[in-house]
Amino acid sequence: MKRSSWKEYQKEIADDRYYYARSCIRQNFFPGSEAAFLDIMRNDLGKDVLDDPLHTSCTGIGYHSDIVPLETIMTVVARQFALMTAAGYENFTSSCITSFGIYTEILETWHEFPETEARTRENLFKATGREFRIPRNIAHTSDVIFHNREQIAARMVHPLMNVETGAPLKGVEHIGCHYAKIFPKSGIGGSEFPYVLAGMIEAWGGEVVDYPERRHCCGFGFRNYLVQANRGYSVANSQKKFASMAPYRPDFIVCNCPGCAMFLDKWQYTIAEMEGVTYGPNGRGIPVITYEEMAGLVLGYDPWQLGMQMHQVDVEPLLDKMGVKYDPDAKYLGNNGKLIGKPEQAVVNCCSQERTYEVRQ
Amino acid sequence: MAINWGFNIARPRAVDMDANDLSITRRIMAQMPEFQACIACGSCTATCTAGNLTSFNFRRVHTLVRRGEYEGAYEEMGKCMLCGKCRLSCPRGINTRGLVMLIKRELEDK
Repeated sequence: MKRSSWKEYQKEIADDRYYYARSCIRQNFFPGSEAAFLDIMRNDLGKDVLDDPLHTSCTGIGYHSDIVPLETIMTVVARQFALMTAAGYENFTSSCITSFGIYTEILETWHEFPETEARTRENLFKATGREFRIPRNIAHTSDVIFHNREQIAARMVHPLMNVETGAPLKGVEHIGCHYAKIFPKSGIGGSEFPYVLAGMIEAWGGEVVDYPERRHCCGFGFRNYLVQANRGYSVANSQKKFASMAPYRPDFIVCNCPGCAMFLDKWQYTIAEMEGVTYGPNGRGIPVITYEEMAGLVLGYDPWQLGMQMHQVDVEPLLDKMGVKYDPDAKYLGNNGKLIGKPEQAVVNCCSQERTYEVRQ
Repeated sequence: MAINWGFNIARPRAVDMDANDLSITRRIMAQMPEFQACIACGSCTATCTAGNLTSFNFRRVHTLVRRGEYEGAYEEMGKCMLCGKCRLSCPRGINTRGLVMLIKRELEDK
């Protein structure tokens, strides 16, 4: 019988009552996405999600930068689980891919080496007096949106289709490395057949672009970026992906990792400023969005309420294709109606290039 | 005002066969078809007198030339002493000394 790796990488995703762990960096880069997740889950889908102000950063960035020791991060994670236990929840969902990787790695460590779990419990109790239960279910928030993709499709206002031509929009889906490359069984489709974002695109009327460097890392890689002199390696990874996807003329890129969404967005600006090269049609960049923003647009949310003005590459070409109505004058106005600041014109948005890519035969 | 980035975009070290101009390689192959039989075993480099004394690596250079990477190849081939020991050790019987001269001749204007 023909073996199907795709079927080996399915995971159970809880249906309701989630303890929500926010991402530290996402709240700075794309502050609207986490708010959109809560709005969609609570108001559109009627789910119970606890947004607990007591939880902290998972310290994953410090851990991957060799600043936070393993014992420390295990105790921090244990504290998050203790907060979940105290609140009466059993299903843990994290907004960040780095955090998701940290949680799965530590749970696996505790499973393989029970003495580390016992030591962590002791450390946590000595430090805070708290105790915890292991979550019954752990999922990334993109898993949760994937799990509810059909319900979202049933309430769809703007499908991922070109309103003028009726053709499905072409979406590049980019999965964060720590989602499924650490433990493939933790991700839908594993690292070889990632389906979590592809499933959303297909369910909402779009078409997934399968391009040669689809599995390639965005280049964040912590050390690659945190040391300024190393950033040339980081941007080179993104550049490799852009050059590979450009001939397929994608309408947008969607990511489930905070770092990927930021770097695929901001490196397009950097490459355009450094070398004058852009990868989208008409000399513009390719809009990069988060899956919450994609779900929000599909459900008819206002793009500026979703925080889409925070992207370096302008998202208006995508909004126009989808037929999303927006007020251009309100783009840089905050909720209080005051100007939040307007960026200067950048090469990546000003259509100064006329570069056409052809699909290699 | 120019931006001081503090870094440059790192260039990939992978050989891109689609992007490289292979015209000189094709000319070399046409003149010495036996070069196609090379299995890159490295016997030529292992027995190389010049390689024993300098950083000259004949296998590396002719492999790069075969893939259209010509930069610095002419200068590298200049390190060969033309002793011909590589020719005695080549398991595919390639005229390696002739190959050195052929590569130099084809790349002299490059």
